[in-house]
Amino acid sequence: MALLDFEKPILELEGKIAELRHVNSDSEVNIAEEITRMQSKADRLLSQTYSKLTAAQKVQVARHQERPHFLDYINGMIEDFTPLAGDRNFAEDHALIGGLGRFRDQSCIIMGHEKGHDTQSRLKHNFGMARPEGYRKAQRLMKMAQQFQLPIITLVDTAGAYPGVGAEERGQSEAIAKSIETCLCTKTPIISVVIGEGGSGGAIAIAVADRVLMLEHSIYSVISPEGCASILWRSGDFAKDAATALKLTAQDLYELKLIDGIIEEPVGGAHRKKEETIESVASHIEKALKELTPWDGEKLVKSRRQKFLQAGRDL
Amino acid sequence: MNWLSNLLPPRIRSFVGEQREVPDNLWQKCTSCEAMLFHRDLEENLNVCYHCGHHLRITVAERLKMLFDDGKYEKFPVPDVAQDPLKFKDRKRYADRIKEAQAKTGLKDAITIAKGKMGGLDVVIAAFNFSYMGGSMGAAVGEGIVLAAETAVKNKAAFIAIPSSGGARMQEGMISLMQMPRSIIAVEMVKDEGLPYIVVLTDPTTGGVSASFAMVGDIQIAEPGSMIGFAGRRVIEETVRETLPDNFQTAEYLLEHGMIDMVVPRKDMKATLVRMIGILMKQPYDAGGEVNGKNGKAAKNGKNGQGSKAANVKASDKVETAVHENMAGQKTSGKKAQDQVRAARRSVSNMKSSPEESGEVAANPKEAVTS
Repeated sequence: MALLDFEKPILELEGKIAELRHVNSDSEVNIAEEITRMQSKADRLLSQTYSKLTAAQKVQVARHQERPHFLDYINGMIEDFTPLAGDRNFAEDHALIGGLGRFRDQSCIIMGHEKGHDTQSRLKHNFGMARPEGYRKAQRLMKMAQQFQLPIITLVDTAGAYPGVGAEERGQSEAIAKSIETCLCTKTPIISVVIGEGGSGGAIAIAVADRVLMLEHSIYSVISPEGCASILWRSGDFAKDAATALKLTAQDLYELKLIDGIIEEPVGGAHRKKEETIESVASHIEKALKELTPWDGEKLVKSRRQKFLQAGRDL
Repeated sequence: MNWLSNLLPPRIRSFVGEQREVPDNLWQKCTSCEAMLFHRDLEENLNVCYHCGHHLRITVAERLKMLFDDGKYEKFPVPDVAQDPLKFKDRKRYADRIKEAQAKTGLKDAITIAKGKMGGLDVVIAAFNFSYMGGSMGAAVGEGIVLAAETAVKNKAAFIAIPSSGGARMQEGMISLMQMPRSIIAVEMVKDEGLPYIVVLTDPTTGGVSASFAMVGDIQIAEPGSMIGFAGRRVIEETVRETLPDNFQTAEYLLEHGMIDMVVPRKDMKATLVRMIGILMKQPYDAGGEVNGKNGKAAKNGKNGQGSKAANVKASDKVETAVHENMAGQKTSGKKAQDQVRAARRSVSNMKSSPEESGEVAANPKEAVTS
């Protein structure tokens, strides 16, 4: 597991417990009491640490390699997932995956960014940074959802849209802009969950939804703290300050009324208990979907637009 | 200032006869070819370098003056929004940056909303001023675009957006990202009413602005040489670790890659906009030829430079192509349409005609009006 610096005391304690357990098994001295005491101390430390994570620490957790990614959620909560490839113009983008499936016995379209879990898959998925083809595929799937009256679930987890020559050549800006426009015109329910990193335009392109939810330790920001620091502080060393100033945590954004809800993570973060996290996300999506069903397409579009028009107006 | 005038109180200073300061902005260097440009000639030429044809950045006031009929328009105040909702502070407080930008530009925020007539047609323009914090888009700008769209809908007017912006305003965090969908919602209001939404991309249009309302126009126009793209050049160079071509992310590059409809030189901008809006809205229009600069004199194009001439001619050729295609499409559709085609054709000849001729057309609008 990739090490988070602020978790060090907890991991040390857990290491000691493991050692003691080892000793315990082949010695006559009863140290069970000591182990229990240390275990509860470790648990306490973990929940304490995670209950007051700083913005910069949340950035680390949100990017944690072991955090459940898009395909983990697909495996955990979508039956008969059938990926659909290509934008019908240029290419298939593995950074933004989408397709048909059944969620809690209901047909749906699901899409999201996949970052990959090892070097090989990360390269394949371009670290979750989509190119214009990805956003054009997203538009295609949203239109399909409308045609067949299927609800749309989007899972957001990207550092941002890919900044490359080809991406610019093929109109990254236009692809994102049109993707937002398509979200705003789609006459079926859209539910978005930021499961890790919500990176700027590349994230919002598929997150203009009737319900926008965020996992407890996920982040959502107009620019990465590193990028912001290097522009405004003129040095990437101030990324921690930028993370705080940007108000990019789920808690900050809920307070600013820019998202609709926060999904709690297991103690110690989603990377510690993947199944539990996925189950929790699924039940929140189910609840949101119930609230939005049955739907009137016109009204849905109207209220979605009204919601985003209202964003930031009451501050 | 000499030492004496520093000592004297202001009222007496004027008696002593303050040394007349020589304005230091009589000459300006072209940011492209580095030729020295005399301010009066430059102004007359719509701030386009008369050596190389480079389009220098201009203020919103200058731009609106050259677009609206007789330079007249109604300005709408930028709506009030929560200022500095995040209490953002980097090396400087955002609240202070706002004050500085306001003092520097005399504007409330980076956007100006104006309504008026263009070639006799009702038009609402939302234009960005790059000198206000890099034209960045925060809540005020987003709200301004919403107001402009609502005004266009109320007046059944065409909506023209003229971005010049580095992107989202970081100091407003996620609130600035929210302006991407918000500005597109504004555009949808206009589109839902069947009114034209035209984007005039100017230098520069990047980031969150290019990836939202600025790329969903019914028609996409760009000024020659404008920098238009999503990611910054430096970011891309760092990511791909290779040197990028010189024309990367320029208006011409976008045209070549099919991302915009046309590149139009400043002097032809008004006529082009009027013609297209008139055709789209099926309304009579006066595409009275070239845009007038100061003193009613028409702008000249690269009078001293060969290369520039070529560039501009090429651009207007493209405009013509677009017009001819329009005409081809309309040939079959009734007398009214034919009249409009005739008007379009006339406006093309106006564009090519000498400044004097186009001046006449402008003075005698009925001639150019059809249906």
